[in-house]
Formats: sequence, C-alpha cells, structure tokens
Amino acid sequence: MNDETMTLFSPRLAARLDALVEKYPVRRSALVPMLLYAQDEIGYLSDAVISEVAQRIGITELEVRNVATYYSMLRFKPAGKYNVQVCTNISCMLRGGFEIYDRFQEELGIGHKGVTGDGLFSLEEVECIGACCWAPAIQVNYEFYDDLTPELVPGILDAYRLKARAPSDGSSPLGRKAEPEGTDAHA
Amino acid sequence: MPRLVSHPDEVKIVSRRFGLGADHIDRYVELGGYESAKKCLAQGPDWIINEMKASNLRGRGGAGFPAGLKWSFVPKQSAKPKYVLVNGDESEPGTCKDHLIFLHDPHAVIEGTIIAGLAIGAKLGFIYLRGEYRYLLKIMEKAVADAYIKGFLGKNIFGSETEFQVITHSGAGAYEVGEESALMESLEGKRGVPRIRPPFPAVVGVYGGPTIINNAETIATVPHVIEMGAAAYAEVGSPRNGGTRLFCISGHVERPGVYELPMGYNLKKMIYDVAGGIRGGRGLKAVVPGGSSTPVLLPGEIDIGMDFDQVGKAGSMLGSGGVVVIDDQTCIVEFALRTISFYQHESCGWCIPCREGTDWLKKSLMRFHAGFGEAKDIDNIQYLAENMLGRTFCPLGDAAAMPMLGFVKKFRKEFEEHLNGKACPFAKHMEMAVI
Ligand SMILES: Cc1cc2nc3c(=O)[nH]c(=O)nc-3n(C[C@H](O)[C@H](O)[C@H](O)COP(=O)(O)O)c2cc1C
Ligand code: FES
Repeated sequence: MNDETMTLFSPRLAARLDALVEKYPVRRSALVPMLLYAQDEIGYLSDAVISEVAQRIGITELEVRNVATYYSMLRFKPAGKYNVQVCTNISCMLRGGFEIYDRFQEELGIGHKGVTGDGLFSLEEVECIGACCWAPAIQVNYEFYDDLTPELVPGILDAYRLKARAPSDGSSPLGRKAEPEGTDAHA
Repeated sequence: MPRLVSHPDEVKIVSRRFGLGADHIDRYVELGGYESAKKCLAQGPDWIINEMKASNLRGRGGAGFPAGLKWSFVPKQSAKPKYVLVNGDESEPGTCKDHLIFLHDPHAVIEGTIIAGLAIGAKLGFIYLRGEYRYLLKIMEKAVADAYIKGFLGKNIFGSETEFQVITHSGAGAYEVGEESALMESLEGKRGVPRIRPPFPAVVGVYGGPTIINNAETIATVPHVIEMGAAAYAEVGSPRNGGTRLFCISGHVERPGVYELPMGYNLKKMIYDVAGGIRGGRGLKAVVPGGSSTPVLLPGEIDIGMDFDQVGKAGSMLGSGGVVVIDDQTCIVEFALRTISFYQHESCGWCIPCREGTDWLKKSLMRFHAGFGEAKDIDNIQYLAENMLGRTFCPLGDAAAMPMLGFVKKFRKEFEEHLNGKACPFAKHMEMAVI
C-alpha cells in the first residue's frame, strides 16, 4: 500500500484487512465485511475508502459502490459518534418501540438519520435487530440494550456523553464488556 | 444481555448448554462437546445422512425442508469443491433464537458444520452472521480460533486424515440476504439479489460448487441428533417433525422469551402456560405463529400443535419459530402497516411484483390508517397481494403478500371501521416514520 492509504486506515485496521482478503478462496468475498470494518473506523464510506477498498479487492470503484448501496448498515455520510438504532418492528412496536423512538427524538432533537449538531449522536429507526423477545430493543453502534422504557432513554444518552468526555479506557459507559475505541465495536 | 427463561414443559436439547459457559471450548468439551463430530468421522457420510433422515429434523430457517434429504442431494463426485454455508442472517421479525445459540453455544454451530461437511465431503464451511450481530461474531471467531488450536478444525481434524476449515463472515444489513441464493451472492461479495433455480445450491452453490445451506439452529441441532441417536431425537417431536424447536415468544405476553419445546406443542398452551398469558390480563386478538411473514391466526384458531404440518393445515406456517402475540388493544391496520413497511424496505427491487407490490401495499395501508381509506382499498389490498404470490424469483414477495391477505381477510371489519375519515380506534402513531 502506498503512503496515502497508509494514513487512511490505522495500522491495526490495515493489517486486519490484509488478513481478511487472504481468508477466502475468492478475494472478492472479503468485500462486504471490509466495507463495514472500514466504515467502523472512518465513520462512513468516503470516496477515499471506496477507492482503497476497490484497490484491495481488485475491482472497480463503481463495482464497490454498486454493492455498498445495497446494504443498509453501510453509509456514505458521517453518522454521529454514537449511532442510536431503534427497532420499531412488530415485536418491539407491541411493547413500546415507537415510544422509545419518540423519546430519543425528543431528547436529541433529531429525526430519522439525523445527526446532532455536536456530531455526538445520530438516530435511526431500524428493522428487527434480532432481540424480539427482549423488546423493545435498540443498538448503540453495536451494543444492544433491551427491555427498555422511555424513562431509561436519558440515562443511556448521558452515559455516552460522559464516555465521550472521559479519556477512553475502552470500557463501556454502562459497565458492559467493551472493546477499545475506534475498532469494530465501540462499546 | 438477553434474558434466559425456563419452563417445566421445556425439553432442553439445543438449549441444554445455554448459560453454562459453553462458549469456552474446554467447558463445551466437558459437557460432551465434539464427541458427535468424532463419531461421524468414524462412521462416514452414508451413516450420517441416514441418521439425519431418520431424525426427521426439518430446517429451522422457515421452510421446514428435511435436513437429511437436502444433504443427500449433494452429488458424491464433484469437479468443484463443495461447501457448507450456515445461515445466521436471522432477520425475520419476531425471531431471535440464533442470537442465543451464537451467544451461549458457538461450538455447537462449529460442530454441526463439521458434521455437515463430513456428510457431503466438503472441506470448507462458512458461518454467515448478520452485520448487526458483531458481538456474536466475535464470540464465533474466538470459538473457531479455539477449535483450530485444539485441532478440531484444520488439515487433520481430530488427528485424522480429513480436512475441514471454517470461515466466519459478516453481513452488513439486509433481510433479503437471509434467502439462500441471495446469501450466496452476498458471501461472494455482491448485491444480495436472488439466483434463478434450478440449479439448486446442492448442485451449483457458492463459487459454483455444490453447497448445503442450513439455518444456524438446524446446524446447532445436528450434534445433538448424533449424540441422542436419530430415533430418540425423532421420538421427542410429532410425526414427520423430529425433536424440539426454539420458539421465540414475543409481544403481549407476561413472560416473553425463547423456549425450547417439542415440535407439535400446543400453541394455546405455549401462550397461556409457558409465556404466562396475555400481559395485564387483557384479551387475545391475534397470533402471528412463525415470524412476520406467516399469516395471522385468530384466538379460535390456536388450539393446534406447533409443527410444520399442523400449522400448515390451520392456514398459516410454522416459519422461523417467532410467535408474536397481539392483545385486543392493538390496531391490526397499524400492525399490518408496520409489517408491510418492513417488506417494502427490504425488497431488493429485483422483481417488479415484489418491488411495486410492497410499495403500493404500504401506500394503501398508510392512507388507510390515516383515515383516508376508501372501501375499494380493502379489495385492492387483497388484489395486490394475490397478484404478488408466486410471481417472484425468491419468496420475499410471498412473505410480504401472505400476511397481508391474512389481515384483510380475517380483520375486514376492523379495516372497515377505519373508513370514511374515522380515526383509528387504537391509534397512537398516525404518521408512521417512513423508513
Ligand atoms: C426473504 C427470505 C429471508 C430469509 N431469511 C432467513 C434467515 O434470516 N435465516 C435463515 O436461516 N433462513 C432464512 N430464509 C430461508 C432460507 O432461504 C433457507 O431456506 C434456509 O436458510 C435453509 O435452512 P434450513 O433448511 O435449515 O431451514 C429466508 C428466506 C427468504 C425467502
Ligand atoms: S422486532 Fe425489534 S428486535 Fe425483533
């Protein structure tokens, strides 16, 4: 990789992507996870990310875009540092998913796919996240919160605000198991 | 952390190791893990496939196809490598069972994959998890790495001459890639649009090689079938429906959760005994018995055994095992709208009846729910849905149309009550966010 791409991805991510393409019998199989892992670090699929991924897989940028636009988790604009995804699908809806979503909208002052002015939070109404029996459920980045009530919403947001201010020690704001910042799981 | 539940009627086979720390390989082995794979290695492919056939294990992904039969379709000789592909896309609303398997028993998935590989002569298996399941992917990745260290995976599994490798894979958000042919496209790094069949994956699958695709629960069940013996496993269930199933009971019940019950277990008992009945002492309005794509059942229709055949006879489907319980304070029009909004969002756009049909259905229901419906809209919804059925490459179109037909046919009166500008008697969310 040339110098420019060296600075685009952290050495850790670059090494991870190097290993990823080697993992499959056919290189192109690495495409979808590669886009997701790159997005986890950079925040979105910028032109530079698309170009770098195209190079790594050995296909055109157009082909990369063609695939990337299919998948709902992949985005072409930055989201907030903490992307709040509220499920309002049937099992969650029956147990108050829309009330949870409304409360997040109120607290954050943004709607679907909105980003707060400080860039800290974004909000999305999402489809079933596979936590139906523990509904209503949300994900903040990759972390699940379930059995929610609207009253729990401010506390969740405060914990992330606190986390954003504190020097990162890799721990999750609510004392859950965590990964270091800037990797594939924020909390 | 997802809450584990239990009930005396449960027969814990697949969930036997849940909550026992079996994500650690040593613990898994201590609890009898990897013995089934060793046994299969000694017995050979024909024996495995016969056991699987005799077990009456039917696919847990939705369609209920007999697993042993599917495996037997793979040609013995093949110029191209063969593969096993485990479907962990788990995106059918109401379904969250594979979530628990990946969390609590990742090695059962690996062991099942090895056995499937031995049965068809594959050297490589893929375990595909939906992108949202990142924390579960990490658990799977760790489990796979540990299995390599122990020599349970690799060039010489369990010290034999046989090779078997496993690759874990992450999706990036798409319901449609749960459909088996779209799943293969996605694994190959493409848009998840379905393939035309035939040829079926058992003949031409991943990278053009013969491939068996099974749901994660189906695969995690395989080692238990071998351990118990096919006959004993089949005995637990009902005729032609072997064993147990992880039923995900959600919605308006007192104790929602994933319960492992024998196939054929009574649906009414499941709701009223196992899950504690309707929340807050309310009445029951309807039950979606097998994930959002299955036609709704009325309270008078739930005294049935939950297996593929009996639910089919009752006019619905056992589907993915997601039992969604709806109380009498819920607006069915709103429920139908939320259901079709999902399918409209997830339609990959490849087939016109599905792309346009889901869009029109959603628009009609939005208008209807907002109080601007006309009497002819009700027939129109039915007409649209009927014209989607069977007219698409993959069953997503059917999955969207079937529940709509159920709602308008069984709840016509409630639709009519929304007519002529009358406000929804239950409505809380008149303008639904448009995803
Ligand atoms: C639109 C659609 C979505 C599907 N999603 C899933 C899924 O998320 N997980 C799954 O195992 N099967 C899903 N299926 C079923 C698969 O196509 C396939 O039948 C299944 O994985 C086979 O495994 P089994 O025989 O073990 O059930 C879906 C089917 C359709 C039509
Ligand atoms: S419906 Fe919300 S997690 Fe499944």
